[in-house]
Amino acid sequence: MTESDHIPPRGEHAVVAWINDWGGVVVDALIAVGDFTLFVWQTLVWLSTRLPRRETLLPNFYQVGVLSLPVVALTGTFIGMVLAVQSHFQFSQIGLETRLGAVINMSLVRELGPVLAATMLAGRVGSAMAAELGTMRVTEQIDALESMGAHPLHYLVVPRFLACLFLIPTLTIMADFMGVVGAYFYSVFILGIDRHFYLYNSREFVGGFDLFVGVFKSLFFGAAIAMVSCYRGFHCLPGAEGVGRAATAAVVISFVLILMIDLFLGILLDNIYYAFWPAGARLF
Amino acid sequence: MVDLQRDDPLASPLLRVEDLHVTFGQQPVLRGITLDVPRGQTLAIIGESGCGKTVLLKAMIGLVRPHRGRVLFDDQELARLNDRDLSTQRLRFGFVFQNAALFDSMTVGQNVAFPLRQLGVARQADIPPAVLARLAEVGLPDEVVTKKPAELSGGMRKRVGIARASVVNPEMMLYDEPTTGLDPIMSDVINELIMRARHRHAVTSVVVTHDMRTARKVADRVVMVYPLARLRSGEPQVIFDGPPSELDRTRDRRVRQFVQGEAGERIMEMRQAVAANGRGGE
Repeated sequence: MTESDHIPPRGEHAVVAWINDWGGVVVDALIAVGDFTLFVWQTLVWLSTRLPRRETLLPNFYQVGVLSLPVVALTGTFIGMVLAVQSHFQFSQIGLETRLGAVINMSLVRELGPVLAATMLAGRVGSAMAAELGTMRVTEQIDALESMGAHPLHYLVVPRFLACLFLIPTLTIMADFMGVVGAYFYSVFILGIDRHFYLYNSREFVGGFDLFVGVFKSLFFGAAIAMVSCYRGFHCLPGAEGVGRAATAAVVISFVLILMIDLFLGILLDNIYYAFWPAGARLF
Repeated sequence: MVDLQRDDPLASPLLRVEDLHVTFGQQPVLRGITLDVPRGQTLAIIGESGCGKTVLLKAMIGLVRPHRGRVLFDDQELARLNDRDLSTQRLRFGFVFQNAALFDSMTVGQNVAFPLRQLGVARQADIPPAVLARLAEVGLPDEVVTKKPAELSGGMRKRVGIARASVVNPEMMLYDEPTTGLDPIMSDVINELIMRARHRHAVTSVVVTHDMRTARKVADRVVMVYPLARLRSGEPQVIFDGPPSELDRTRDRRVRQFVQGEAGERIMEMRQAVAANGRGGE
C-alpha cells in the first residue's frame, strides 16, 4: 500500500473543507452569542449593585434624549405625511378616505413611531457609542479606567444603557405625536379629508393599548441598541478601520434586532390583546 | 542610587510575578516569567518591540489575566480578588500609559481629579488644590486645567498622565514607554519626574522602556525580556536581570546587541524573508 492510497479523493477534500469552514462559522457565532450574553448579564449585575454617579448619567441622558429630539420629531412628521400620501389613493378608490385617520394613526403608534425612533437612535446614538467606546478601547482609555479602580461596565455601559432605556419611550411618544400631527395636517388641509370623520375614526380605532404596545416595544429596542453598540465598542479591533467597523456593525445589528424584536413582540402582544379582548376593535 | 530593600533579605517584595504565562488566542506572549519587585526599587523592563513587556506590565496590575502562574501584590493574588477588592487594590497603583490614555471627553483637570473622586475620600473642596499642586509638580501651569487633552502636545499629555497616575500617592508606579515619541529634552524631563516621584513619595516603580538612556538613568535594576518567537523551547524569556552597570559587562550577545542598538543578524533575516517571499510569488 502506497502513501497515496491514504489521500482522500478531491471531492472528499472539498466536503471536509466545507464542513470545517461552516463548523468554524457556527462555533464563532456561538462564542459571540455567549460573550454578548455574558456582557449583558454583567451589565445588569452592575446595574443592580450600584447606580452610576449623576455626572456620568446626565451627559448620556442629554446626548440620547435632548439631542435626538429634533431629528426624531422631524422624521416623525415626514413619515406621518408620507403615510397619508401613500394610503390616500388606495382608500379613495374604495371611498374610505375618512378611515385614513384610523389606519395612519394605528400604524404610527403601534409600529412606525417606535421603529422610527429606534432606528434614528441606533443611527445617531448607537454608532456614536460604538465609535466612542471603540476609540477608548484602542487608545487604552478603557484600560486606564480599570487601572484607576473604575469598572468600565459600571462607568461606561450602565449610564448608556439607562439613558437608552429611559429615554427611548419619550422619543417614541415624540415620533408618534409628530407623525399624528403631520398626517392630520396633510390629510385635512392638503388632501381635503373631512376633519370630523378623520378624528372620529382615529379615536374609534386607536386606543390606549395601541399606544402602550408601541411604548412597551421601544423599551426593548432601546436596551438592544445600547447593549449591541456598547458591546461592539468594547470589542473593537485596533486602528481606525476597527473603530469604523464597530460603528457600522453596531448600526446594522441594531437595525436587524429592532425588526426581529418588533416582530416577536408584535405577535406576543397581539395574542395577549385578543386573549383579553376577543372582540377587539376592527377597522373593516 | 541606593537600594535599601535589596540588601534586606527580610523585606518581602511589594510585587511578585511567579511563573507567569500569557497567551492571546493561540499566540503565547509570555512564558514562565518570574521576578520580584522589592519595595522602593525602580525596575526597568527592557526589550524589543513585541517581546511582551507591556503585556507583563499590564499583568502586574491585573489588566491582563495570566494563562498560568500568578501575580502577587503585597502578598495578595490579583487574579483571585473580586471586582470590588481588585478596584481597591488598583488605587494603590499608578499606571502611566504609553500614549497617556487621557480621557478625551474630560478636561485636564477632570482627568487628574478622576482617581481622587474614585478614591472617594477627598472632599470636593480638596480636589482642585490637589490637582493644581500635582500639575505644578510635573511643571504644568494652572491654565491647562480647563484644556482638553487634544489641545496639548505629546510631552504635556505625558506629564498630565504622570500627574493623574500619581495624584493619589500610589505605592507603586507603572510606566509604559514613558519617553517614546518625545524629543531628547522632554524625555529627560520625564526621566527626572520618574526619579523625583521616587524620591519625594518613596514609590516603587516599574518602567517599561526600550530607551536605554531612561533605563540607565532611572533604574536600580534592569530586566530584559526576549521575544518568545526568537527563543528555543525551554530557554528562559528573561535574558538579563541585574543593575544597569552590568549591562555593558554582560557576555550575552542578545543583550549587548540591544543595548548598543545593533541590527546584527536581523538585516540578513529580513533579506532572506524578502527573497523567500519573492520565490513564493514566482
